[in-house]
Amino acid sequence: MSLLAVRELSTFYGDFQALFGISLEVAEGETVAVIGANGAGKTTFLRTLAGALPAARGSIALAGQLVGNRPPHALVDLGIVLVPEGRKIFPSLSVRENLEIGAFRRRPGPWTLERIHRLFPILDERRDQPGTNLSGGEQQMLAIGRGLMANPRLLLVDEISLGLAPVVVKHLYAVLTDIAREGTTLLVVEQDVSQVLAVAQRVYCFRKGAVSLAGAPERLSRAEIAAAYFGA
Amino acid sequence: MASVAVAVERSTRASRAGAVGALLVLVGLITLPITRDAGLMRMIVELVALLVLAQMWNLLAGFAGLVSIGQQAYVGLGAYVLIVLADDLGIDPFLAVPLAGVAAVLFALPTAALVFRFRGGYFAVGTWAVAEVYRLLVANTGALGRGTGRTLKAVFPLARETRELVTYLLAIAVGVAALAAVYLYLRSRRGVALMAVRDSEPASESLGVDVFGTKLAVYLIAAFGTGMTGALIYLNLLRVSPDAAFSINWTAYTIFIVVIGGLGTLEGPIVGTLVFFFLRELLADYGAWYMIVLGSLAVAAMMRYPQGLWGLVAERWGLAFFPVQRRVRFSEPDEAATR
Amino acid sequence: MAWLDAVVQGILLGGLYALFATGLSLIFGVMRLVNLAHGDFSILAAFLAVVAVHALELNPLVALALVAPIMAVVGYGLQRLVLNRLLGRGILPAVLVTFGFSVVIQNGLLQIFSADSQRLNPGGIETASLALGGGLAVGWFSLLTFVLAVVLLGALQLLIGRSAIGRAFRASSDDGDTAELMGIDNRRLYGFAMALSLAIVAIAGVVLGIRTTFTFASGPDRLLFAFEAVIIGGLGSLWGTLVGGVILGVAQTVGAKLSPGWGVLTGHLVFLAVLLLRPSGLFAKARRVD
Repeated sequence: MSLLAVRELSTFYGDFQALFGISLEVAEGETVAVIGANGAGKTTFLRTLAGALPAARGSIALAGQLVGNRPPHALVDLGIVLVPEGRKIFPSLSVRENLEIGAFRRRPGPWTLERIHRLFPILDERRDQPGTNLSGGEQQMLAIGRGLMANPRLLLVDEISLGLAPVVVKHLYAVLTDIAREGTTLLVVEQDVSQVLAVAQRVYCFRKGAVSLAGAPERLSRAEIAAAYFGA
Repeated sequence: MASVAVAVERSTRASRAGAVGALLVLVGLITLPITRDAGLMRMIVELVALLVLAQMWNLLAGFAGLVSIGQQAYVGLGAYVLIVLADDLGIDPFLAVPLAGVAAVLFALPTAALVFRFRGGYFAVGTWAVAEVYRLLVANTGALGRGTGRTLKAVFPLARETRELVTYLLAIAVGVAALAAVYLYLRSRRGVALMAVRDSEPASESLGVDVFGTKLAVYLIAAFGTGMTGALIYLNLLRVSPDAAFSINWTAYTIFIVVIGGLGTLEGPIVGTLVFFFLRELLADYGAWYMIVLGSLAVAAMMRYPQGLWGLVAERWGLAFFPVQRRVRFSEPDEAATR
Repeated sequence: MAWLDAVVQGILLGGLYALFATGLSLIFGVMRLVNLAHGDFSILAAFLAVVAVHALELNPLVALALVAPIMAVVGYGLQRLVLNRLLGRGILPAVLVTFGFSVVIQNGLLQIFSADSQRLNPGGIETASLALGGGLAVGWFSLLTFVLAVVLLGALQLLIGRSAIGRAFRASSDDGDTAELMGIDNRRLYGFAMALSLAIVAIAGVVLGIRTTFTFASGPDRLLFAFEAVIIGGLGSLWGTLVGGVILGVAQTVGAKLSPGWGVLTGHLVFLAVLLLRPSGLFAKARRVD
């Protein structure tokens, strides 16, 4: 049974339809990538999964249980945690407090402050500084660590490469691989196709709010991916 | 390809009917003194005064997004300026009424310089704080009668009937002028700019609207209308004291009138004022219950029916007697163009 | 010596003002809500204490222990049932609804208790004084009020700075939407903030009722003084609010010494001066004044 099963999901912004019947699955322990150009609906999709946007049509099931249209905090309780686009670090909280707020809902699991410090030592070093004092890459680490503190069943990761240098992004994806190895299920949205395909077992491509391609990265040619990404 | 003709129109059948209706009401009001019912005339003066206060507050809050709970400052200032101009400076008391409006604007300028440093909820409290300052300054000034206040003596030489008649007609004039002014302002280019600012400040700013200037202009207009009305009210009542003239109740009444009647429309305050007077007559013997009922109604209106009584009616039947919006009407595509 | 005495009285009065101010700035910080009935709730609490004193024959200070939790529950209920529905609709509905509450509470109190002035009597402590030497004496109760204010502010500071709820307050204040993504239920959080706010202002109201007489109409002035203390001290700083309260208190007591009718007015004028010269207050953290 898949951990996440999305069927015919449609989301609107007022009268404007952003998602057109998305169907997608993520198995337990998998890392699944969602790629696509700007405006393809990737972030809208993650935000709908996280409860920040209402789903107009379709269903979202977590381990067989329907979880559509609940508020975000209820979904965190169930184990769906979003690392939001743009990091969204809290300026009034220190680095350590940003991590601690991630554990507001105490869920059982392997991730603790110490383990996250081992994953990202810089966060331990800078623990008392305001969260937004960190560099872009460090803030992204903080955002990921904050997400992990909730011991998610499904970690939704939104565009971590935005605004970061390639070497930093490479390091982040290496850490994501470590996280996946610990057993965490990941759904990663990304514009930087090459980085994310290296870590994902399966990939979906979004175009104009709909799924244009799905499959395992090693079985898809560059041409196929480009066509799905940009449109033939 | 078929073209769709589009017409931008202002008046509808309802608004034309409204114009006729308003004219009839006006004729009725002007001829009312024939009945020699002094009590009724005094009540109408009060009604018109509250209506103008409500229209001014509606302009501020409903159209400019400036939620002030300190407009009583200008009611009080208008009242005291009337006394000073008429009693101390010998100016004709009826002429002093519009002059009080001008004086209110002069006070509004430095007031705006202070309160415009706030936004939102703190702007509201700030306006209240400034109103309190004016009240206390007046209450501590000997020449203005301190806490006991003063009586308007300049009208004593006039026969009572004459005074009451002129006050009445002045009130009608003020009411018509205020309504007309607000209506024309909102329909003008500046009015459109104002509503753009209300709907979205950043958007209108990027389109070149002077947001600060627009808000300041509206604040000054409201001060003028409120100050003039304050003078009118106390021309009617004759006895001024700081606690009465600067009372928060003026703001309480106008807020309730506008909220219950309908914020952001011209018809709303009219409906609200009538409801207010009706409730006042109904609950006259019940003391504080009057305000409790009024307050609860306003809270309920804000929660469930923010468009107010008039808003409900207008939505249901698509009415607008004093339309301030332009409607876009699509007409059928030209037959010839499709061949 | 009379001046020094006035200043000391003012400082101690400032502690009380800081208590009034704290509840107001807490909910503004967390939810951007200005509760125009803030002062009226404190007076409501004082009247509740009057009822408790007469009906249950309690000492007012004991009644306080009853009244504060009651007001906390009232605050939670009010926020969840009414005020939460107004958030996200701009400031107008919240301002108007809380203004409506203010009018309803005042007139309700007038209807039930009439316009008579009331006073809470804890049996002597409010008149006892402590000699400080040099001919200077302060009331025991004033001193205790100040100490209470400092203790409560310290406790609140600890709560906000060290507890999970405190982190939630700060996170939600920074970014309410992202806070929800962390698992924070803003509806409950706001309810808790309002409960805390009304509990603190209830304490302030009962203390006020012991210090001085009050009537159904005493609420609005409390709101204004609370507001002024917050603005003078600067938004976002709890200890700044204490300083703001002290400055306001001293302005009022010194002003009253100059001329009896000028006490409150001097406070208002100092407030306006701070607004003119340092609009963000004396100790503001970097925040917009809105």
